[in-house]
Amino acid sequence: MLLGAHLVAALLAPVLVRLWGPRAFYLLAALPAGVFGWAVTHRSGEWVQPWVPGLGLSLAFRVDTLSWLLVLLVGGVGALVLVYCARYFAPGTAGLGRFAAVFTGFAGAMLGLVVSDDLLLMYMFWELTTVLSYLLIGHTGEARPNRRAALQALIVTTAGGLAMLVGLVILGEHAGGYRWSQVAVALPDGPLLVVAVVLILIGALSKSAVFPFSFWLPAAMAAPTPVSAYLHAASMVKAGVFLVAGFAPMIVAAGGAAATVWRVSAVGLGLVTMLVGGWAALFQNDLKLLLAYGTVSQLGLLTAVFGFGTAGAALAGTAMLFAHALFKAALFLVVGVIDKAAGTRDLRRLDEWGRRAPLLVMVAVPAALSMAGLPPAIGFAGKEAVFAALLDAGAPGRLVLAGVVAGSVLTVAYTARFLWGAFARRPAAGNAVGPSGVGGSLLVAPAVLAAAGVAAGFGAGRLDRVLSPYADGFRGSADHLALWHGPGVPLVLSVLVVAAGLLLFRVLPAGLAGPRPGGRGYERVMTGTDRLAVEVTGATQRGSLPFYLALILLMLIVTAGPAMVAGWPGATAVRMWETPLHLLPVAVLIVAAVFAVPARRRLTAVILVGVTGYANAVVFLLHGAPDLALTQFLVETVTLVMVVLVLRRLPGHFSQRPGPWRRRVRVGIGVAVGTVMAGVGHLAVSARQAVPVSQAYPELVVPLGGGHNIVNVILVDIRAWDTMGEVAVLVAVATGVASLIFRRAERLHRRGPVETPTDPPRDAPVWLMAGHTVEAGRRSTMLEVVTRLIFHVIMLLSVYLLLTGHDTPGGGFTGGLVAGLALTVRYLAGGRYELAAAAPVDAGAVLGAGLLVAVGTGAGALVLGGQVLQSAVLDLHVPLLGEVHVVTSTLFDIGVYLIVVGLVLDVLRSLGAEVDRHAAAAVTPVPASARKEELV
Amino acid sequence: MSVSLLLAVGVLFAAGTVLLLERTLTRVLLGVMLLGNGANLLVLAAARPGAPPIVGVAEPAEMTDPLPQAMILTAIVITLGMTAFLLALAYRSWLLTGHDEVQDDAEDRRVRELAERDEGSDAEDLDADVVEAPR
Repeated sequence: MLLGAHLVAALLAPVLVRLWGPRAFYLLAALPAGVFGWAVTHRSGEWVQPWVPGLGLSLAFRVDTLSWLLVLLVGGVGALVLVYCARYFAPGTAGLGRFAAVFTGFAGAMLGLVVSDDLLLMYMFWELTTVLSYLLIGHTGEARPNRRAALQALIVTTAGGLAMLVGLVILGEHAGGYRWSQVAVALPDGPLLVVAVVLILIGALSKSAVFPFSFWLPAAMAAPTPVSAYLHAASMVKAGVFLVAGFAPMIVAAGGAAATVWRVSAVGLGLVTMLVGGWAALFQNDLKLLLAYGTVSQLGLLTAVFGFGTAGAALAGTAMLFAHALFKAALFLVVGVIDKAAGTRDLRRLDEWGRRAPLLVMVAVPAALSMAGLPPAIGFAGKEAVFAALLDAGAPGRLVLAGVVAGSVLTVAYTARFLWGAFARRPAAGNAVGPSGVGGSLLVAPAVLAAAGVAAGFGAGRLDRVLSPYADGFRGSADHLALWHGPGVPLVLSVLVVAAGLLLFRVLPAGLAGPRPGGRGYERVMTGTDRLAVEVTGATQRGSLPFYLALILLMLIVTAGPAMVAGWPGATAVRMWETPLHLLPVAVLIVAAVFAVPARRRLTAVILVGVTGYANAVVFLLHGAPDLALTQFLVETVTLVMVVLVLRRLPGHFSQRPGPWRRRVRVGIGVAVGTVMAGVGHLAVSARQAVPVSQAYPELVVPLGGGHNIVNVILVDIRAWDTMGEVAVLVAVATGVASLIFRRAERLHRRGPVETPTDPPRDAPVWLMAGHTVEAGRRSTMLEVVTRLIFHVIMLLSVYLLLTGHDTPGGGFTGGLVAGLALTVRYLAGGRYELAAAAPVDAGAVLGAGLLVAVGTGAGALVLGGQVLQSAVLDLHVPLLGEVHVVTSTLFDIGVYLIVVGLVLDVLRSLGAEVDRHAAAAVTPVPASARKEELV
Repeated sequence: MSVSLLLAVGVLFAAGTVLLLERTLTRVLLGVMLLGNGANLLVLAAARPGAPPIVGVAEPAEMTDPLPQAMILTAIVITLGMTAFLLALAYRSWLLTGHDEVQDDAEDRRVRELAERDEGSDAEDLDADVVEAPR
């Protein structure tokens, strides 16, 4: 419920900010405050709602001790930081609405992450926090370092998140469910668990900026300070620690190699991080960076402590987690105050802040005490507990203890540096900036956080009771958290640590430039990936069409070829020919195809290819397919006319020949493809076992389809969907052709000649309406006369073919093609004006009308209660004509007819008339001198 | 299926493929036409020759299979559309460049040159030298 409220609030936030400016943050703060209130009153809870049952994914939420602690932090710190935002941002800051939305959304995602009981759900929230943090870090995206920092954080944490997802899937698939409770009782064993553990650790460590992923966190300080206080102290970076803490009980309990790998890597890497981060923090001059490296160090400590996996360490870890969120958020906010008032965070330029801003000191010092692990703050109780727990854990514990003590020394030292840098009087500070009015209300949030740290210190006993259920998940018993344990080894260690830390701070010179750990590896990986991408792309994406096609065809040869050989039927009866008559067209076809390949003149090649088409038509006829033969003849003719129309303008010869080597490769591929296709054809036909589906057609077509021509009934009825798709393609093609040729939109719209021809001379006989517009030298009276005589006959024939196609060879396609040829003849005889006179309509309108008729017929059947494109036989009684036998699919065929006519008309207008106009207007190619050398 | 038809199919496919692999768009177009004819013959060969499939003209037992015919009819007309479109492309190419050759993709060529020079892409934000602490 509260999650949903966050989502709504995130959506509303920009509006609120626009209305009220930064004050809207007060209202938004109510939401995490509500979460905090819920956490104060509830210690546990569960809520399950099935979501995607097919994936076993449910919206399962559960609050236990660990997640309760984080809910408390996410809500409490979230509310305080939002309150802080209200004063931190000046009214009218650019992008504030977006910031408010993303921030609120982030708080919701973080809440979802810690209360998800389903691992996949948790992963989704996990990635959501990653993406939102990217937006928050890159909030001021104008500066390149900011963008880079945001991108770096995004890439590192996303990469880790993906690794984690694989680990989660391993666990979930093994357990058969993704709920924590299911996974915990059904862990895999052996190497599988080791792999899963390593992958999950990668995710957790990258999110929590543990070595070797530490580098992104300091860079992420590009974010506005409230973001750093929330994301990089209290919430997001805790997600990794949270995951480690969540998995620690079950993996340590599982034992074996996985537990060893877990402990060694979590503890080892955690300690390395603690030391490196603490050391780096000592050398920072930017107060915020100092805190950032301190955070890295503390996160290392937390990872190590939780990864150690004893009850004592677990309890100490929860206390430290709590303490760290409070003091680090408070200190970040303090730095924000200084930054806002002084305009700098560089400790070399700050002076006298201690004396001039006593309130700020009163806020910062308790928080810093907690950070250094000094009483009375909770940090002291936590650190004592860590020491005690490690002391109890035998030899490995003592080894880890040594590391933690060393790290704590560094912590004390950088805390001292922080306080000294922020507040001390320094003589050497040139052009120092003093405080100029620190807003009191800006201090509320850090003050509350710091006070909470101290209060928690005094209330350590109570906290112990609340947190100990988590520690009970481990074997062994834990010491109790307390502010005062009495004298003992931990106390001695604490005293030693503080003394050594202060000494270290005194010894180190003030203004050193420190090491910057990490980042180089990231850069190497990124540039390496980039280089690899360039190499792979350069090697595979050659950008050459023949290369790609050759590759595809080679795949056909190497996959289908061997399969063909392997499945070759033993001895099947193979005829040499279907009928001896077949041999003639086949021979013509083969000769024409072979000679078309090396032809150098365009026209020769086109005619040879046309010959193969006509030969094909003869084969169709001999095979018993008159419809096909008719269509093929017509299409071949239309094609020839089309090609010749364009070739008028193109150069007569092909521009260049490929070298002999390339030619050989091409011919080799061609022969192989031909062989494979012929073989596959033979194989497919001889492998046929089922009875052809079409055997039933002869009995069906007359009663159901209302026609005798089976092929036509298939086209307009049985497989009418196919035809519908096809005519749609034709419409698209026609439109495409027109748009490629017509170069101006207004001409395209008309698709006809714009200029009006001159009036015909009165004394000459008129055969064609626009015959006089053709140049005298090109005019052919013979052609004009013949055209005049046959045009209407051909048109009549086309309508006849259309209407009788249902019973005899013909139909919409053939009819349309015949009509198209009639128009072609008119165009050839009388030029583009004659074409406009013959068909004074927009080709687009014809196409559209055809499509409308075809679709309308299909939809009409649906409206009348049948299936789409179902046909019906109507017997109408028409006066004068008597009984008329109408099949509705004829209407569909009329649509097809119109579309084919429209296509031919469009092609004539484009490739014929418009190209004529280009020629008349002397539109010539762009001088290609600059491009010549690019020809391959 | 007969050897003569298979041979025709093989030759059409072979010749079509060779032309398809050319750079001249007109040749590519002719290759597509040859491939289309070859494919149609291949489909046709699935049916035995026989009488035209028109009820009343021949007995159903003598008819050739009508289904491949319907498919081929569709294919023929689609090839016509293809041809028209490729022709328009070739003409347009000639109009713009003075020839109808298919050029290598300019962007791909740029990447190829980068690879030959052993350089990375100039993608932003990858090669910043140091992690600067921004204010």
